[in-house]
Amino acid sequence: MKIAVDFDRCQSNALCMSAAPEVFEVRDDGFLYILIEEPGEEHRITVEEAARLCPTQAITIEA
Amino acid sequence: VSDASRVLIVGASLAGLRTAESLRSNGFEGRVTLLDAESALPYDRPPLSKQFLAGTWDAERIALRVPGDVELLSGRRALSLDPMSRSVTCDDGTTHRADAVVIATGALPRRLSGAQNVHVIRTMDDSVALRERLVEGISVVVIGGGFIGSEVASTAHSLGCRVTVIEALPVPYERVLGAEMGRQCASLHERNGVPLLCGVGVEAIDEGSVRLTDGRVIVADVVVAGIGVSPATAWLDDSGIHVDNGVQCDESLRALMVDGSTSESVWAVGDIASWPNALFPLGDSAPERMRVEHWTTAAEMGEFVGQQIAATLGDLSADRGEAFTTIPYFWSDQYGSKIQFIGRATHADEVRVVEGPDDQGRLLALYRRGDRLSGVLGISRMKALMGYRAHLANQALWADVL
Repeated sequence: MKIAVDFDRCQSNALCMSAAPEVFEVRDDGFLYILIEEPGEEHRITVEEAARLCPTQAITIEA
Repeated sequence: VSDASRVLIVGASLAGLRTAESLRSNGFEGRVTLLDAESALPYDRPPLSKQFLAGTWDAERIALRVPGDVELLSGRRALSLDPMSRSVTCDDGTTHRADAVVIATGALPRRLSGAQNVHVIRTMDDSVALRERLVEGISVVVIGGGFIGSEVASTAHSLGCRVTVIEALPVPYERVLGAEMGRQCASLHERNGVPLLCGVGVEAIDEGSVRLTDGRVIVADVVVAGIGVSPATAWLDDSGIHVDNGVQCDESLRALMVDGSTSESVWAVGDIASWPNALFPLGDSAPERMRVEHWTTAAEMGEFVGQQIAATLGDLSADRGEAFTTIPYFWSDQYGSKIQFIGRATHADEVRVVEGPDDQGRLLALYRRGDRLSGVLGISRMKALMGYRAHLANQALWADVL
């Protein structure tokens, strides 16, 4: 699957990181980094949870 | 699931919309109707005191998506609910019957009694009305140093207004975070040159100024009150639903009735719902009953109730035995800093600062209830704070997280 983050929306709440730390990381500089741009299906459940939890709805899963 | 079945959701903000989405994603094929008092299309509220108020995000950017196969009846206010017939009557005279009703009417801002021309922030219209007044150089008095008031103060400050914050309590956020951490969060105002006057009330709001109970007079071209919200339960007064600081629900968010029974067909979600959250026990056993006014909780409640209704609509009285639990989370963006809290600060036996505060006020503090970690406060410590979410989910022992 392919993850798209709208960085203009992202406010670095870091809930995505708590749901899928292998994919999302908010670093001490306050910015979100995507560690795996196209994670395999084994990450789908946690990435979907990350997208749902995001309070600025910045994460979309494309296909 | 019969095609003839219908779910009525009263309130089309985040919790209501998520309920509708969840009904569909969980395979509910009946009719889903959202009723909403506002005529504006559904929108997200957190930006109303921040990006939308500042004018950097427009209405389109804060719109919440309404699923295509959901009916939205906006601009009509629910006036009453009859749980027996599962029907809701609106101010346009229409009555809507359904097989399940979800109460999602949220909360309404408290207003200063007798005061005219005082802005509040709850709806998009409120935010637009205030935005039009926030011109560079004017004086703004914000009454209430809580999260909404502080965010409004921060936004007005960023627009070049001269802002003063008035707080009735000796320390802002004291009831939410405790005195010491309240002081730390409130220090963001003075660090950014915004005066914060605590422990003083408002005597009168005059033309161009605010008179305080200690006699001081503060110049005010614009006055904003951020003094909290109350659950919007007035329409439920004669319904038989048990209302006490919100709609009293059981652990699966089904509404309780005044006679002590549990409704078979009425649920509540979002700011209005009070329920026992089993992740946060008080003492040895009983879960803490809470009503949470946070974005993530509203979203999760909607998702949960949509799932419950989709699964049980064939047999509404079926007790699914599932409990809604969540780790409450809220954040507040002020002056470029981010305050975050995860878990519960109430009933804390100890608050321990484990990082900071540094010269910019950044810190991380842990809250203990009994022998467990119960909450974590961060100021611009996003990564470190979220590292504790799994510990809260696991009800980790205090000794193990230090």
